[in-house]
Amino acid sequence: MILLTRKADFSAAHFYWNDAWSEAENQRVFGKCSNRQGHGHNYTLEVTVEGVIDPASGFVVDLKQLKDIMEREVVSVYDHRHLNHEIPEFKTTVPTTENIAIAIWRRLDGKIPGAKLHRIRVYEMPDLFADFYGEGA
Amino acid sequence: MSAIAHLSRRYHFAASHRLHVDALSPERNREIYGKCNNPFGHGHNYSVQVTFSGPVDKITGMVTNLGDLDSFTQRELLDLFDHTNLNTLPCFLDLVPTTENLCVELWRIFAQYPHAKLERLRVEETGNNAFDYFGDGAPIQHEE
Repeated sequence: MILLTRKADFSAAHFYWNDAWSEAENQRVFGKCSNRQGHGHNYTLEVTVEGVIDPASGFVVDLKQLKDIMEREVVSVYDHRHLNHEIPEFKTTVPTTENIAIAIWRRLDGKIPGAKLHRIRVYEMPDLFADFYGEGA
Repeated sequence: MSAIAHLSRRYHFAASHRLHVDALSPERNREIYGKCNNPFGHGHNYSVQVTFSGPVDKITGMVTNLGDLDSFTQRELLDLFDHTNLNTLPCFLDLVPTTENLCVELWRIFAQYPHAKLERLRVEETGNNAFDYFGDGAPIQHEE
């Protein structure tokens, strides 16, 4: 078994807010991230898949195909969008880096032929990232 | 006479924006700004690199004290721009917040720094996109 990782970037706006809380409570918990006008980041997504190396091609997975799947399922949906206002999964969950990693896992799980999704890593900034290893992990 | 040296420092802030000009039709805005015209905006981690020049102080060995520059930047830039929507800031209410226009606005801020002379300002919108501004009269240089 070998792991293979591919990166992609997207830029998006978001803010942190829980409707069940008062404005003061949102401000206390989320600080400047609770600004309702939103703010934004350049996100980096790392998708790691695991599989066996095909003896004929030497590949775990076709890299071009993986890139196309990441583009179709995630980047084209999230890039240059406001996550709270435009992405269905964040109508009901706060678009934290943790929840973004989980949402991307769900978007990609089962869509990559010949390989198993191992890890989703999402960087909000170079010094902040979240990892998700799947629902049962 | 003290030697003149250049000092550069980087700062970071995260903000959202939307590129849209009310005077243009929706179709024309879409044509010019593409995905940057999406109605709800999007965002970036901006990096601002400022370069100051000045004589190296004989006693401290500094062009300027970085603590002074950091507190100036915190007060005049980061407290106002970080975690905001650029379109809602007073300077962008009637001005489209492209990175070029952001360069000019940030130049106005850093030109007020009293302890050294601003020589260059670089704004990176993403890791692949940087704009340099050298002040009034000098053209903005765009590097992809």
